[in-house]
Amino acid sequence: MILDGKTPTGPIEKSWDKARFDMKLVNPANKRKFKILMVGTGLAGGAGAASLGELGYNVEAFCYQDSARRAHSIAAQGGINAAKNYPNDGDSIYRLFYDTIKGGDFRAREADVWRLAQVSNNIIDQCVAQGVPFARDYAGYLDNRSFGGAQVSRTFYARGQTGQQLLLGAYSALSRQVKAGTVKMHPRTEMLDLVVVDGVAKGITVRNLITGKIESHWGDAVVLATGGYVNVFYLSTNAMGCSVTAAWKAAKKGAYFANPCYTQIHPTCIPQHGDKQSKLTLMSESLRNDGRCWVPKNEADCDKAPGDVPEEDRDYYLERKYPSFGNLAPRDIASRAAKEQCDDNRGVGPGKRGVYLDYQTAIDRVGEATIAERYGNLFEMYEKITAENAYKRPMRIYPAPHYSMGGLWVDYQCQSNIPGLFVLGEANFSVHGANRLGASALMQGLADGYFVIPYTIAPYLASITPGTVKEDHPAFKESVEQVEAQINKMLNINGKKTVSELHRELGTVMWEDVGMARSDASLKNALKRIPEIRDEFWNNVNVTGEPGEINQQLENAGRLADFLEFAEIFAKDALHREESCGGHFRTEHQTDDGEAMRDDENFCYVGAWEFKGVGVEPELHKEPLKFENVKLAVRSYK
Amino acid sequence: MNLTLHVWRQKGPEDKGKLETYQAKNISEDQSFLEMLDDVNEDLIKTGKDPIAFDHDCREGICGMCSQVINGKPHGGQERTTVCQLHMREFKDGDEIFIEPWRAKAFPVQKDLIVDRSALEKIMQAGGYTSCHTGGVADGNALLIPKPTADYAMDAAECIGCGACVASCPNSSAMLYTSAKVSQLAVLPQGKGEAKARVKEMTDTLLTEGFGNCTNHYECQEACPKGISVKFIAKLNREYLKSLA
Repeated sequence: MILDGKTPTGPIEKSWDKARFDMKLVNPANKRKFKILMVGTGLAGGAGAASLGELGYNVEAFCYQDSARRAHSIAAQGGINAAKNYPNDGDSIYRLFYDTIKGGDFRAREADVWRLAQVSNNIIDQCVAQGVPFARDYAGYLDNRSFGGAQVSRTFYARGQTGQQLLLGAYSALSRQVKAGTVKMHPRTEMLDLVVVDGVAKGITVRNLITGKIESHWGDAVVLATGGYVNVFYLSTNAMGCSVTAAWKAAKKGAYFANPCYTQIHPTCIPQHGDKQSKLTLMSESLRNDGRCWVPKNEADCDKAPGDVPEEDRDYYLERKYPSFGNLAPRDIASRAAKEQCDDNRGVGPGKRGVYLDYQTAIDRVGEATIAERYGNLFEMYEKITAENAYKRPMRIYPAPHYSMGGLWVDYQCQSNIPGLFVLGEANFSVHGANRLGASALMQGLADGYFVIPYTIAPYLASITPGTVKEDHPAFKESVEQVEAQINKMLNINGKKTVSELHRELGTVMWEDVGMARSDASLKNALKRIPEIRDEFWNNVNVTGEPGEINQQLENAGRLADFLEFAEIFAKDALHREESCGGHFRTEHQTDDGEAMRDDENFCYVGAWEFKGVGVEPELHKEPLKFENVKLAVRSYK
Repeated sequence: MNLTLHVWRQKGPEDKGKLETYQAKNISEDQSFLEMLDDVNEDLIKTGKDPIAFDHDCREGICGMCSQVINGKPHGGQERTTVCQLHMREFKDGDEIFIEPWRAKAFPVQKDLIVDRSALEKIMQAGGYTSCHTGGVADGNALLIPKPTADYAMDAAECIGCGACVASCPNSSAMLYTSAKVSQLAVLPQGKGEAKARVKEMTDTLLTEGFGNCTNHYECQEACPKGISVKFIAKLNREYLKSLA
């Protein structure tokens, strides 16, 4: 089937304004009659729940953490982009739009990206109004820094904790609505099923993580803002609880999963220390503003202390390969370049899977105090983990799974192919194409939550009668029974392996065979291994405890069960996409100097997969991508 | 290294709870404290026992989920360090480690090391915001906020809401937590208009939720993994007095 994103027609500069005017509205007196379920309370969900509550809708919000403020958006460090052009360096909405399309390697929808760039400026204003303490200069004006993939300084930041401060802003707006009674919070609650009645999303089934009770919630619309799925790699920069579960449950009820193979491997993470590691820690991309990536030119120098490798024997490989962007090359390119150096046996540190990120030049230029001012908390974090002082010795970094550009398919209204199911932020696929630029995730989350969903949900709600399906509908009972049956099944396997052992096995397969570079052979191997691990899970996992209590093993088991199904569709997507683009690198498709080779003739589309059953071939639906405002070109950062 | 752990085990809020002893074997100094507990839990599962329940999520010191008192100190007592950022190189072979949940009247234990911190949410809902509506706000540069003021606000805003300040306080006061938000918004032009009502409602809620008052022990500042200063409590007190005028 050919999918239609229902993007507005006409000049792109007017597209969002025109679309907003064309949308039906819900009158203020009727808004309170509609109940909206918001799953996830990160930047997209928190901002969305607060904004919809302010408008007068009756909102119920759900998160698995004990507070909305703890969603993993909190961990974003570097910043948020906006086209304010405060530094007078040539930025504009058009340039942010262009950079994002190009950064995504021409695999995103133009109209969605335009809208994102357009509302980016409103986001900064909104956050300032909430009291977000962005960095300022002595006169009081907002400060900007540079980020990868752009030649202008458009990134706003709050020390190294921009995500935290933006999330706390959204959380404060949400708290205000909770007090006002327009939003009801359900913390420590995990969505375990989407309830669909006659093809329309009408509610969710959740597990109360304290009592273990399986509960039903009806809603006139369901909005998923449940983040990304890179914990499928086991080790990633995501929080331990991040999972594909909510999105995957929706996919199993018919929502299409778009571009699952587009994942971002972030170049600047602290290398793995050993096999008992539970997660990887990101070092903000902003560090590449002042840090220089290098490895020794000679393999023999790799074991020396970095200070003993003379300047002429260092290979500043990003500056060498990409002179115009240098250390600020986009993430996919910087990650692959790091991998290349290590594959060439010139990596440093344990296992030789690391490259240096060196501040000496910057410290010599601006002084240690200024560097501490800019990145102090990151240097501190690095020292806590590695016991090394990065002011004295270059940091060691290595790429790690960080973000998923793929996600549930949505149209221009952020509505999935299931009417009444909307998807926001990282959980949808819409704006980052095959690679996300730094400081764009925060921008998208808040754009979707504050300035997109409050508008785009109205035409749908205006077309339905509120409250027609409630928890007494048989579909809710059936969903609860299915969820309970799966829980009981997992608790009664009583096998020999723990959930984390099996998750590690899956992660190893995904990292080795579906990671930074993929080939036909590696993907076919993954497609053989994933069902084997899944079978082992269902026959040999040991999930302890009872269903009706706090049971973290059970929570993890449920998430892993979903990853084990999802991983297969992920690998299939990577196998079918016979090209390299952005974060998806197929070794068969590269130029002579190792750059990604796109195939616009055959693959200039969104690949959206329809789940047909476990172990059954999923069906691929395509949404062709049209580029009318940006010319399709080979992406060059040289 | 090998360690002996004494861990608080409690089935639920009604259970009395007690310390149980476990051995943590072959722990590497590069492991984080939570990765050490992961190892102990794997052993417990393999021997058919219930693993230790503990809160954690981001494991990079920012979400505020982790909440353990280690050898009597919230987050283990390392300067500016959450439990998840505490590494085993801080311990040595043969150490005995006592691990307990946050203890405060306002934080009932739910299971083992997991407590209910919803009382902190109520304080925020009472007034920890500026009453701005989405949309229709001024340009970000329309309000000039000189760097020292922005920095002061940011110093306060770094609070991760973990509750270590409450767990460390002899009065189980949430004054540091409350003062951080009150101070952040009181110095910013966006928040000044509602400063009086905010400080009153937030401190009133602090008392009704079962937190104690501040008697200047400064244990909170010592325990805070983000280094939030008690100067913000002084600021809260000044704001409170101003609100009475």
